[in-house]
Amino acid sequence: MGKVVVVTSGKGGVGKTTSTAALGAVLAQSGKKVVLIDFDVGLRNLDLVMGAERRVVFDLVNVTQGQAKLAQALIRDKRVESLFLLPASQTRDKDALTEEGVAGVINALRDKFDYVLCDSPAGIERGAQLAMRFADEAVIVTNPEVSSVRDSDRIIGLLDSKTLKAEKGERVTKHVLVTRYDAGRAARGEMLSIDDVLEILSVPLLGIIPESQGVLRASNVGSPVTLNEPTNAAARAYADAAKRLEGEDVPMVTPVEKKGLLNRLLGRRVA
Amino acid sequence: MKLLDFFKRGGSAPVARERLQVLLAYERNNRNQPDLVAVLREEIIAVIAKHVQVNQDDVKITMDRGATTSTLEIDIHIPNAGIKAAAAI
Ligand SMILES: Nc1ncnc2c1ncn2[C@@H]1O[C@H](COP(=O)(O)OP(=O)(O)O)[C@@H](O)[C@H]1O
Ligand SMILES: [Mg+2]
Repeated sequence: MGKVVVVTSGKGGVGKTTSTAALGAVLAQSGKKVVLIDFDVGLRNLDLVMGAERRVVFDLVNVTQGQAKLAQALIRDKRVESLFLLPASQTRDKDALTEEGVAGVINALRDKFDYVLCDSPAGIERGAQLAMRFADEAVIVTNPEVSSVRDSDRIIGLLDSKTLKAEKGERVTKHVLVTRYDAGRAARGEMLSIDDVLEILSVPLLGIIPESQGVLRASNVGSPVTLNEPTNAAARAYADAAKRLEGEDVPMVTPVEKKGLLNRLLGRRVA
Repeated sequence: MKLLDFFKRGGSAPVARERLQVLLAYERNNRNQPDLVAVLREEIIAVIAKHVQVNQDDVKITMDRGATTSTLEIDIHIPNAGIKAAAAI
């Protein structure tokens, strides 16, 4: 039986979709069978980040409404054999997804895959709640910034009350993934520190992903950063985070500011 | 980063632009009308189902949308028994 992991945050634009793609790709590369589900109905983007946008035939809503079989809607990644995507629908009908429909899809996928990664929409409403509903674990994507941390706190509240596990008196295993971490700004004290974030949220840390131009390049070409530039700092941080999700004990490295000579003279940061 | 990409550094934005143009051209066209490929898919399968019994599980559909043309591949496994059964009708 596979693990269902929701990638969630409350706030938009913090890196949920980027993280779902990057973590899913390394897990699959290490031999796991992985499926990524885009729950952002109406505003799908995971297909673009994965470079599968031209190949979408059916979507999650089609499957839950019986217009397509699950196997027909899954798109196999062209780079990693054991990686699949179930795209979101572009429908404007926010109620197109039902809890029963989602339960059916997740239960079927849980049987066949090692990891079912659910990319949550932003917000704390129905869509975000459906994405987390059947989760065993949660990756709470947080930027070291006040509004993101506050929204993460609200999401933690929902994970502890509105999930199936919570209703059964069990617990969703929670991890905080700090993303878009800017070492320069942290050193200058302009950003919340990792310790601040962890102390406020009191959820264990899965990883620290530095702000990196490589993430933008990867999304430009439609490839998870972990596949597109495996040696990039953000990619390596995602690879470590994936190992920790697997239960491995990998030492945590806090990104430090790297300045090349030229950049130092120009006072610019490099990523 | 691949070696080739290294020499084309800064070259990911044109790729992004091209991908978006293809995608948005398609999405804008389909916003207010049924998806042509979806219509084709359904009608083709309906026609085949009239003649042979097809199991939904034996239908594999893949698509690749290009800038000027798209390909729709419908791969249907037709059991020999299915042909006989339909021919007898
Ligand atoms: N570590 C990072 N470094 C630089 N840019 C990033 C990083 N993580 C995410 N981004 C950028 O931030 C934006 C929002 O990311 P996305 O994953 O779509 O967030 P969400 O799914 O939470 O809305 C995207 O443009 C993405 O490329
Ligand atoms: Mg997203």
